[in-house]
Amino acid sequence: MKQRDIFIAFFRSSMLGYGGGPTTIPLVQKEVVERFKWMDNEEFGDILAIGNTLPGPINTKMAGYIGYRIGGIPGTINAILATILPTIILMIVLLTTLTAFKDLAWVQGMTRGVLPVVGVMLVVLTKDFLQSSVKGLRWATVALHVIMALFLIEFLHVHPAIIIASLLLFAFFKPVKKDTTIKKKGRSA
Amino acid sequence: MIYLHIFWVFFMTNLLGYGGGPATIPLIQKEVVDRYGWMTVQEFNEAFAMGNALPGPIATKMGGYIGFQEGGWLGAVLAVLATVTPSLILMITLMGILYKNRTSPRVKRMTAYVKPTIAVLLGVMAFQAFFDSYVQISVVHIIILAAGSYWLMEKRKVHPGLVVLSSLLYGAVLLS
Repeated sequence: MKQRDIFIAFFRSSMLGYGGGPTTIPLVQKEVVERFKWMDNEEFGDILAIGNTLPGPINTKMAGYIGYRIGGIPGTINAILATILPTIILMIVLLTTLTAFKDLAWVQGMTRGVLPVVGVMLVVLTKDFLQSSVKGLRWATVALHVIMALFLIEFLHVHPAIIIASLLLFAFFKPVKKDTTIKKKGRSA
Repeated sequence: MIYLHIFWVFFMTNLLGYGGGPATIPLIQKEVVDRYGWMTVQEFNEAFAMGNALPGPIATKMGGYIGFQEGGWLGAVLAVLATVTPSLILMITLMGILYKNRTSPRVKRMTAYVKPTIAVLLGVMAFQAFFDSYVQISVVHIIILAAGSYWLMEKRKVHPGLVVLSSLLYGAVLLS
């Protein structure tokens, strides 16, 4: 049962994820957090954060880890196969038989049609994360973090992995004071 | 020898490719086209375009296809393993440590500190999706798709899979 759910969750999010990495993130979140309730948004956010600081494709890291959490090593293998196998086989079959597939107008239309929907999903996720940020940190601290991160990523082109890694290290090494530690101001990044 | 090369190419490019699948594409091209000469730029671009037209993660599709071209099914398996395994082992190890200590104030603080930045990343990705749409299709279509999918998913609680499928159909019929 559990392994079947893992397969369904990752097969579905991968097959519906047109456009690679970013497209599948909200779909995986829907399956893992909302549909199967294997974890909450907090933990999903941690996975996304750690996944972003590590190299390699994001989907397989998320699938592999979540599969491991839910179903051990078989869960990992199951989740990864569900994520990658169907599309690799499609790719090999189509490229070795039908090279014109990608030029078909309706295939391109599909890729265009899904993009705004993914945009909406990402906006909703952004809102969720901002809302839960305000619960853990002061409002002004969140605003400061957002502005700093936006400035560093978009204008100075600092790689997000560097920002996340610095934040994680700072949070880890900053001395822990008694109670309300999380409410304390954090001015890093 | 060819198997060793296949493994090495995908192992190295994915360890160097920070930022997920799309970030590794130029690195893979460099190795596959310039260094080993397995494909021409034209062939590589064809494969990349095809990969983009299909669902699922891009890096594993490229690895699987190129591995298959050069080394048959064994080549495909090796390329995919080299793509997936190293970062996955790191991921499971690191997340395992965090999960085990999830009640510690330090780890809680890590979660709290990193959340606004994750929100920014998601927001930037959302902007990118709408911007790419704006370049490709008319604003009217974007508004119909965005408003329609928001209403269906958030207000009517329709399964996102169904909403995505409808948008694929919409695109195949109206945006081709």
